[in-house]
Amino acid sequence: MSLIPYLLAYAGIVVFVVAVIARIRMFARMPMHLRWELYPVPHEASRAAHGGSYLEEVDWWLKPREVSKAAELKAMGTEILFLEALHKHNRPMWRSSFPFHFGLYLVIAATALMGAGSVLAHLADGFAASGFGSLWHAAVVLTGAVGLAISIYGALGLLQRRLTSPDLKDFTTAADVFNLAFFVVAFGCAFLTFALFDRSFTLVSTFIHNLVTLRFEPVASGQAGLMVGVSVSLLAVLLAYIPLTHMSHFVGKYFAYHSVRWNDAPNLQGGPQEAGIMANLTQKVTWAAPHIQSGGEKNWVEVATMDYKKYGGGEKK
Amino acid sequence: MIKNPSIRDLARGEGPVTELNVKDQEPLPPPYDKLDEEPPMAALSSSAKERFVNLDNTIAVNIPKPKTKAEEERLVKGFLSGMQKLFNAGDNWTFLQPLVLSMEHCARCQTCSESCHIYAESGHNPLYRPNYRSEIFRRLYFKHIKKEGTWARGDMELNWEAVARLIELAYRCNLCRRCAQTCPIGVDNGMMAREIRKLASQELGIRPKELHDDGSMLQQKVGSSTGMSSIVVKDNMDFIDEEMTEKTGLTLKTPWDVEGADVLLMHNAGEILAWPENPGAFGILLEAAGVSWTLSSDLAAYDSINYGAFYDDVQLARTLILHIQAAKKLKVKKILIGECGHAHKAMTVIADRILTGDLNIPRESWLPFMVDIVRQGRIKFDKSRNDFPVTLHDPCNITRLMGISEPQREIMRAVVPEERFREMTPHGVNNYCCGGGSGFAIIGGHNFPDWRFRGPGRRKFRQILNAFQGEKMDKEHPKYVCAPCSNCKGQIRDMLKYYDAWEKAGINYGGLVELMVNAMPEAKPGFIDWEWH
Ligand code: SF4
Ligand code: SF4
Repeated sequence: MSLIPYLLAYAGIVVFVVAVIARIRMFARMPMHLRWELYPVPHEASRAAHGGSYLEEVDWWLKPREVSKAAELKAMGTEILFLEALHKHNRPMWRSSFPFHFGLYLVIAATALMGAGSVLAHLADGFAASGFGSLWHAAVVLTGAVGLAISIYGALGLLQRRLTSPDLKDFTTAADVFNLAFFVVAFGCAFLTFALFDRSFTLVSTFIHNLVTLRFEPVASGQAGLMVGVSVSLLAVLLAYIPLTHMSHFVGKYFAYHSVRWNDAPNLQGGPQEAGIMANLTQKVTWAAPHIQSGGEKNWVEVATMDYKKYGGGEKK
Repeated sequence: MIKNPSIRDLARGEGPVTELNVKDQEPLPPPYDKLDEEPPMAALSSSAKERFVNLDNTIAVNIPKPKTKAEEERLVKGFLSGMQKLFNAGDNWTFLQPLVLSMEHCARCQTCSESCHIYAESGHNPLYRPNYRSEIFRRLYFKHIKKEGTWARGDMELNWEAVARLIELAYRCNLCRRCAQTCPIGVDNGMMAREIRKLASQELGIRPKELHDDGSMLQQKVGSSTGMSSIVVKDNMDFIDEEMTEKTGLTLKTPWDVEGADVLLMHNAGEILAWPENPGAFGILLEAAGVSWTLSSDLAAYDSINYGAFYDDVQLARTLILHIQAAKKLKVKKILIGECGHAHKAMTVIADRILTGDLNIPRESWLPFMVDIVRQGRIKFDKSRNDFPVTLHDPCNITRLMGISEPQREIMRAVVPEERFREMTPHGVNNYCCGGGSGFAIIGGHNFPDWRFRGPGRRKFRQILNAFQGEKMDKEHPKYVCAPCSNCKGQIRDMLKYYDAWEKAGINYGGLVELMVNAMPEAKPGFIDWEWH
């Protein structure tokens, strides 16, 4: 029995990593698309404040481009940490979504701290008993407990909106409700474990330590052991489930911002984009409307440069 | 008819799903603050209702109702095959990645809804939510193409009514992408509407005739969507030269087909017919600044429009190539795009991932080019000549979608007294569309123009009225809405007429170059003609 949570935890991590990589690969391998940026674009340095771009500059192609990666990172940071867009455009939802997401970050931080702590304890004898070790431990308890609590609070708020807001009702699917409920149950279980049996996060730290050191022993007996096992199992399934749903938007959002909204890299004569463009233009066009005139055979260059007058525009007016 | 249609209502029943009900609208600012005193919205004729697919008691696309079962099936089958092609890298490399991102990750949170002027001004009719059509498209795709269960993606019936209405619904969006700015995930419902338009055009041959037959096809066949051949356009420009010379006292002779000129200027040819003072003002300014410039009389090169940007990637590429070939032939240093928003976006940003090698000729907005001239003091201006309230409309294609926002303001500061300039709220990259974007300004069948004044355009009219609050709202106190884009100008012209805004509030409109020439001390005064509106 005690093996099951360990196996589920490994499986959850593997599925998560594989699914996220597969999603990244799917987006990264797509052909270069047409430019479709949307302003403001934060890396436009001094112009970003008014939403401007280098296209505001006469003969921009003859001038060096001013790109501020720092401004881009700052915009990313505030968006990821504080959900700035939601704060600006949908404050009622932000009041739930922000604690939900921020709580999630804290839980991830707590897990990472526990994992790293276990490695440190392994490398340095006496780490746990040291002052630094106590501080580390306090950070685990604080981030873990607060993270779980505010995440549950946020998920309940989101669930309530989903179920009661007339704006959302028609757009809500069974999965939308299930996903939030799953979070509430999995995090709720973890929080109960903390509140009832593991105020110092010792049991769960031990579990993570065992996970890292491949020691599949029960971390406690009785109800405490059961609760840790159930919590870990639920969290592992949740971890595997997330990237298989639209909740993997953390991947999509990266591409939506970097590859579409903020992608204003100009294509200059002889530049690196030309090969990608040529690869695109030599693809076959199979669109079937009469004006396309491809017959399923011609490529984009041929279709775009054909003599329109000769074919009479392709169809009668 | 339903006041609050649900997603699945799109596939249900006969006739319109809902309609824009003017009684649900918020009153406008004074002097239009009595809802019941606003001009009425024309009804859709009964013959149109009988013949065409009716989504919301107005029609943009004119999709004939299928007469037989076979026709119904053809529509559904064609839609499915087009849908598949949208997700095929060869057929849709142009937008595959943005499309899949918007398909996969929408959280259905409706954060985007309120940012849409059409939804907001409709009195919050769900049909006009940015995400309504996208969600239907997604549900149809995941259920009927990917064969996924409906518990995660939602359910949606597929029938000819849903297909036809969805296509019509793709023409209830200005493609302004204001909603995309607000989406916390980066989903782009404007792009989604355009993808549905593309599917309909590229696979089924369905789109408004104003955009296709009378638009991009005519341009590729004759040279311009106005129907002007190169001979006619030269004649018209000769006439404009004479008019401008007389009006300003400055000699204008528009140069044509000058090989080796620095700049090939491209106008939206609609300007030449509807607002001749606009190309005329451009000529006066370029001559005054001593610019080496030319127009081209080659096929399509004297008309910068590229309606493919609104509905069809193949048509977009074809027109683009014609534009570029003309520039290549004349060996100019760059193409300068005049006051046309979608031409700006099509030729600069979108074209950037189509053109390679010697076809990649620099293309530039006229705005930074002119700012440079203004900064160098190559033209003198006397601001006091523009001593009237002015507000500025930011064309979405130039501002939100290209990031050109400051140059027009710098020019404004040079030609309009500071205390006379009023910014709209919001403005710049957060502006609202004029309501004519994505081809609406030229789609004129049935009662569609009334719909676009009462729906999409109403937010802009509200902004204009707000900008001029505190002024005397009568025609003895003229006020100027500056709209440096041909399509926006067309929409604003028609909308001001609908609301009788010159007579009632003294509001007129025009471009930016007209304001510039009006402020030139070397020119005779009175370039802006207030009585012509
Ligand atoms: S498009 Fe964006 S803002 Fe709109 S419903 Fe989807 S996730 Fe929410
Ligand atoms: S692109 Fe503009 S018009 Fe279209 S849904 Fe979005 S905000 Fe509305």
